[in-house]
Amino acid sequence: MINKLDETFRFYQDAANLRAQRQQLIASNIANADTPHFKARDFNFKTALEGALQGNRAVKLITSAPNHIAPSVGGPADGESLLYRPAVQGSVDGNTVDMDVERSQFADNAIHYEANLTFISDQIKTMRAAIQG
Amino acid sequence: MSLFSIFAVAGSAMTAQNQRLNVVASNLANADSAASSNGQPYKAKQVLFSSTPFAASSDPDSVANGTHGVKVTSVIENQSPMKLVHDPAHPMANAEGYVSMPNVNVVEEMVDMISASRSYQNNVDMMNTAKTLLLKTLTIGQ
Repeated sequence: MINKLDETFRFYQDAANLRAQRQQLIASNIANADTPHFKARDFNFKTALEGALQGNRAVKLITSAPNHIAPSVGGPADGESLLYRPAVQGSVDGNTVDMDVERSQFADNAIHYEANLTFISDQIKTMRAAIQG
Repeated sequence: MSLFSIFAVAGSAMTAQNQRLNVVASNLANADSAASSNGQPYKAKQVLFSSTPFAASSDPDSVANGTHGVKVTSVIENQSPMKLVHDPAHPMANAEGYVSMPNVNVVEEMVDMISASRSYQNNVDMMNTAKTLLLKTLTIGQ
């Protein structure tokens, strides 16, 4: 029973984790908008989520003993590396952060994250309704 | 928790931009200082930014390795020549009547100031968004 509940929420949990990580990456890009030679980075959310659902988790806690519980933290899939964002217009100092792109991606990702949270809440309500009748 | 590190990343960028703004203020304030503390005309200063890895991870593809904060590595002096102004009545004028004035380019400094202020605002916005997301996360299941 609890297993099934876990399975129900796993998709949203993985998606939320990946959204949070992407938010962090884009925040780092915006923070370094004025740093010479900084290259903007991002990952492909679709392939990362597919990888996370198949159990390819690159971001892991280190377990030092065999009886440690394996952590379940979704991250970009193993084969999926962090990518470099193509520069729309090159700059003299070698920085590839385009503030318009980063800001729109940041807002886009934030909305997706919030939507994801709404889905989780609704899912919990559905489950609660099913249990309580 | 990735969203929490946004505060640290944006915070480091805000510190760096703040320092840049300080240097701009110093340059603008001293745009007409013919003599600074060492007796020479004031030289325009500039900050050097560099990105610093936020958290190191053994996995090269991990998000932690793609996350960089900002730090100011050093403050350098602008090496362009001093402005020579013809003013024989000035106490620091040389034999030909020229005074060397600071190499501060006021237009450049103003542009730098606006740029620093906008970047600072961007980082504040980012922190606010992260805060909203975190607070929203706390309401899961309510």
